[in-house]
Amino acid sequence: MTGFIEFIRNNLELIYILILAIFIGVEVIKNIPAVLHTPLMSGANALSGVVIVGAILVMLNADPENYIALSLGFIAVVLGIINVVGGFAVTNRMLQMFKKKKK
Amino acid sequence: MNITLSIIYLIATVTFVIGLKLLGHPETAKKGNLIAASGMGLAIIGTIFLHELEVPGFVYILIGSAILIGAIIGWIISVKVAMTKMPELVSLFNGFGGASAALIGIVEFGSNAGDTTQIITIIAAIIIGSITFSGSMIAWAKLNGTMWKDIRLPKYNLINNVFFLGLLVFGAYIVWSSTDNNFIIYLLLLAALVYGILFVIPIGGADMPVVISLLNSLTGIAAAITGILYGNMVMLVGGILVGSAGLILTFAMCVAMNRSLTNVIFGAFGGDEVAGGPTGKTGGTVKKANPSDVAVMMNYSNKVVIVPGYGLAVAQAQHVIHELEELLTKRGIDVSYAIHPVAGRMPGHMNVLLAESNVDYDKLIDMDDINPQFKNTDVVLVVGANDVVNPAAHNDPSSPIYGMPILDVEDAKSIIINKRSMNPGYAGIENELFFNQKTSMLFGDAKATIQELLTELKGM
Repeated sequence: MTGFIEFIRNNLELIYILILAIFIGVEVIKNIPAVLHTPLMSGANALSGVVIVGAILVMLNADPENYIALSLGFIAVVLGIINVVGGFAVTNRMLQMFKKKKK
Repeated sequence: MNITLSIIYLIATVTFVIGLKLLGHPETAKKGNLIAASGMGLAIIGTIFLHELEVPGFVYILIGSAILIGAIIGWIISVKVAMTKMPELVSLFNGFGGASAALIGIVEFGSNAGDTTQIITIIAAIIIGSITFSGSMIAWAKLNGTMWKDIRLPKYNLINNVFFLGLLVFGAYIVWSSTDNNFIIYLLLLAALVYGILFVIPIGGADMPVVISLLNSLTGIAAAITGILYGNMVMLVGGILVGSAGLILTFAMCVAMNRSLTNVIFGAFGGDEVAGGPTGKTGGTVKKANPSDVAVMMNYSNKVVIVPGYGLAVAQAQHVIHELEELLTKRGIDVSYAIHPVAGRMPGHMNVLLAESNVDYDKLIDMDDINPQFKNTDVVLVVGANDVVNPAAHNDPSSPIYGMPILDVEDAKSIIINKRSMNPGYAGIENELFFNQKTSMLFGDAKATIQELLTELKGM
């Protein structure tokens, strides 16, 4: 229990940000037309690839002698960047089709 | 932390919020995607080049090559994939994100032993990341058709829940014991992977979009948790945004399918229980038609409504159906498309596919607007759709899709159903519409059959 209180005390700002971000996420997505569900899901999926930042940090912080950490980090970066690049590119491709028939 | 890097992260975070907001409107969606993507690029470049510790050159080369390899793979997949495969692809990419989070957790476990707060976040990242990874892979396999059967262990709900509790207890034990034993963390990883499989495997293929959306939301949470681990705001906010937005999207999809989330996860849909259900109603004779009959019917009608389903997408018939629609329109026949909210594999999927073949946007009519029009419709052509036109949703309380909003094609003067066979649809239930007096079945692959129909029509 003391650990829990300690955690809250040390991370109060973080907790505020966390809660506010939840509300922003909900508000931003509310009332989306069904037509956009698929591209939106794909776009949100690309955004979750932000985990790549953590993967890069793993490699930067790793002891250069620690080959296990470096290899796991390497795989994490590859997977994360596939998520980011593939996700944004495919969302763009989908949305391009919506645009085409406009003119 | 370097102040330039902090400002870069701040800018990236703002682009995520704006990008997501713009993605929600048809006119601005493309811009939103590009804005979010550039923010992401900025965050990645900043992380690499503004790192404050001294890092040996070969690590930079490793990071650079990892990014290059991944970016090329991601790019190639995204350019090559057929639009019909979109749900599978989102699932696959999502799984990669989850795996990345789990791997970060594994590495960080070694260097954070003893720090309770850090260990809690690490364990959460490993559990959520691995569940997302293995769950997404199963969802991918199911949508891809590699794994058709929904495997259900006896009492699978109970087993899954107990397994999940066990996983949490295991995680809590690792925190409590403050061990730095690497073996135990791999064991946790393995257990979480197994749970991800158990979680998705009993869920029917028709519900996969909901599951993918839910797993997508989980990846966001995993990213946010790793953000806490590093005190990194762009990861925290970006991850949470995806987490809450994904959850809202999941609920929106459930509403469109008239199902609750608990029902999707715990309810057996399209399973053996259902197949054994009442079939008395569905007996009877089926009327068959050939393309030339249908061509005649269409040629002398005033109003035709096309109901596209996933079968159309699989057969890649979206282009030929557009040709058919153009030909009929040229002959003065009123043609429109009836779009069920969950037509295809995901909400909005059918719109994407038809947009790909240049179908005029105004011709795609939503369910609520088209339903009153069926009364005045001479011919309804159902192509590769089944559950979304199944009247059991209205009049059979024992049916698993009872209560789901459907397209009321029954009201039309005549109904043509193009299907490959009499096999039931994704929900695995019979469709009494096939035995309706007004219905004619046009068996065959959607693309080939519509092509024949088109040729017949051109000759008239």
